[in-house]
Amino acid sequence: MKTLIKNGRVYDSKNGLEGKYDILIEGNKIFAVEKEIKDQGYQIIDAEGKIIIPALIDMHTHLREPGYEEKETVKTGCEAAAAGGFSAVAAMPNTKPIADNPAVVEHLKLKSEKAAVRVYPIGSITQDSKGEVLSEIGTLAKTGVKALSDDGNPVMNSEIMRRAMEYASAFDLPVIDHCEDENLSQDGVMHEGYHSTIFGLKGIPAAAEEIMVARDIVLAEMTGIHLHIAHLSTEGSLNLVKEAKARGVNVTFEVTPHHLLLTDQAVEDYNPDTKVHPPLRSERDKNVLVEALKAGQIDVLATDHAPHTYEDKLGEFDYAAFGISGLETALGLLYYNFIKTGIIDWNDLLRMYYYKPGEILKIESEGLKQGSRADFLIFNPEREWTVDKNKFKSKGKNTPFAGWNLKGKNEITFVGGKMVYDDRGGKNEILY
Amino acid sequence: MSLKRKDFLGLYDVSAEEINQILDTAVAMKDILTRTVKKVPTLRGKTVINLFYEPSTRTKFSFNLAAKRLSADVMSISKSSSSIAKGESLLDTAKTMEVMGADVVVIRHSAPGAAKFLADNISASVLNAGDGAHAHPTQALLDIYSIKEKLGEIAGLKVLIVGDIAHSRVARSNIWGLNKLGAEVAVAGPQTLIPREIEKMGVKVYSDLDQALENVDVVNILRIQMERQESGLFPSIREYREIYGMNAERLERIGKKAMIMHPGPMNRGIEIESSVADSPQSVITEQVKNGVAIRMALLYLLAGREIDNEDLN
Repeated sequence: MKTLIKNGRVYDSKNGLEGKYDILIEGNKIFAVEKEIKDQGYQIIDAEGKIIIPALIDMHTHLREPGYEEKETVKTGCEAAAAGGFSAVAAMPNTKPIADNPAVVEHLKLKSEKAAVRVYPIGSITQDSKGEVLSEIGTLAKTGVKALSDDGNPVMNSEIMRRAMEYASAFDLPVIDHCEDENLSQDGVMHEGYHSTIFGLKGIPAAAEEIMVARDIVLAEMTGIHLHIAHLSTEGSLNLVKEAKARGVNVTFEVTPHHLLLTDQAVEDYNPDTKVHPPLRSERDKNVLVEALKAGQIDVLATDHAPHTYEDKLGEFDYAAFGISGLETALGLLYYNFIKTGIIDWNDLLRMYYYKPGEILKIESEGLKQGSRADFLIFNPEREWTVDKNKFKSKGKNTPFAGWNLKGKNEITFVGGKMVYDDRGGKNEILY
Repeated sequence: MSLKRKDFLGLYDVSAEEINQILDTAVAMKDILTRTVKKVPTLRGKTVINLFYEPSTRTKFSFNLAAKRLSADVMSISKSSSSIAKGESLLDTAKTMEVMGADVVVIRHSAPGAAKFLADNISASVLNAGDGAHAHPTQALLDIYSIKEKLGEIAGLKVLIVGDIAHSRVARSNIWGLNKLGAEVAVAGPQTLIPREIEKMGVKVYSDLDQALENVDVVNILRIQMERQESGLFPSIREYREIYGMNAERLERIGKKAMIMHPGPMNRGIEIESSVADSPQSVITEQVKNGVAIRMALLYLLAGREIDNEDLN
């Protein structure tokens, strides 16, 4: 049985698509994309007035399983991804145990088989992500990890980072670093600046990130490995990366939607849902990142989806967990604030949130091409909605965007030719 | 007569009018403290709970006494900070306070924003007795009261706060309050103990104490915590005393009109020499007395929302 998506407005300039197209799906593949495909008894989905793009790839997601199933499971995290318009996520290794060995990776792969979206494992750089002894990187590579990261923690020891990069180069895996000098960040809970001063909260200086970005760039240059900077958040980091790229260093970076939309002022009410690593930065940092977005300088957008329980985020700001549940708000926020306003267009979004992550992780990302895997989303640009964390598929309701009114929402997600999410008429349904 | 707010969490969003209202009320309260029978029935039947998550002697004692002077039923609960993580959450404590019928909960906590969290989760009035480095409004008000009592008008006065500004809720609350009343506030201390961008709060920043002391009317000296030295924020107590300690020589230089304050507890011989603490310019013991009056005023204005002014007589 073939499915025909009629009359949608398709964006995928890489495949020469921009305008009204019909898309025909057979099995898990795209059978045809043409100006008009005649109905020959297909199952029809009318996408009149809707936008169709390849479903996004989030290369920075915490699925929490195994070990922290109270925060998220592979199942719920992937449902959240499907709802958010993603066909794939890369899962960070900071589970319990850490994904520093094939057993944990195999467990994740097994759990992912039945999940709503595809999951690409990331292995840890060091054993137990302690930054001391290298993980069995070669074995991890064989097991199918797509990148290495100790995310959640930096690799503080420069010698270990150097050796990790050198060693990993044999396996062609990118190294993703969570850049934070822990001696500088210490027990900080928000960005250091005027707001941390008046709120009386311990600050994390921008320098804590920038110093590690600088170090990693130097080491990447020395070892020749592909370095990917996770959740870059400051002007200084951006300048360092730009400069390194100009020199030809193999470095890429990602920015999260929350660092493009919120500043340290959001911590004002001591709302623990604004507590995140790296912290929400200054107005200037945010503006500089938005300028970079506009100028096409950002490589990757990623959520750093970090779900936590209600209790993890309850009470005093100092004691709350770091992290934002981001999969179900990313696309809506990016569309409403940056695409609708003309700062970027759909193809820019695809470059940062589909093609580049696909390229970095070396995973299938051919777009809406005949014969490629049928991963796409159908977006309703007219749909008005309010971020309601209680409707999240994710167990993590920890969003600082609760109550935000947006226009434009993902309504259907197809993964591998199968509709996995349907929100037409507000159904908000995951389909297996 | 009452405040148009349920809670009193800091001076950041309090108007000059409200501050003056509290200071005026405190004058009447201080009068009560000078009588032979130092007690009025104003808050009879009201319940005040002192919830102290941080060790405190004088603030807790001051609040206790203030509540008793007004005839409120007062209870004090002390919790060690270490029991917070594993023990009862602040939310559950708040709910317990609620069902126990508290009218005012006074909270001291090491986490900034803890008082606000409590206030958001309880219908009783919450009075912040210090939350981390964020705010300590009753201390600031008693400081302002003490200045006003001695020097008359706040507007135009030059007030210098010396020491560990970064970790000080007293400094922050004083800056908000004094600025609102038109004082010129400056801070002085090692740059490691001056929080970033504090000048945006409307203060001058000095790292040279002697320069900062030129033409000051009031010097408020903060306690220096020994653990700051251990965490590398300044090299030694000896050097701190030398460069930032308030000594007789410096007192001499600023003259007889200047006023010396310290929120206590003092490290005599470190941030303040005994000869300074006990000098005629010092109002340190008067501050303690004024603290009771200010806390009575706030308890009255928060708990006694429906009580008539007459009851103070």
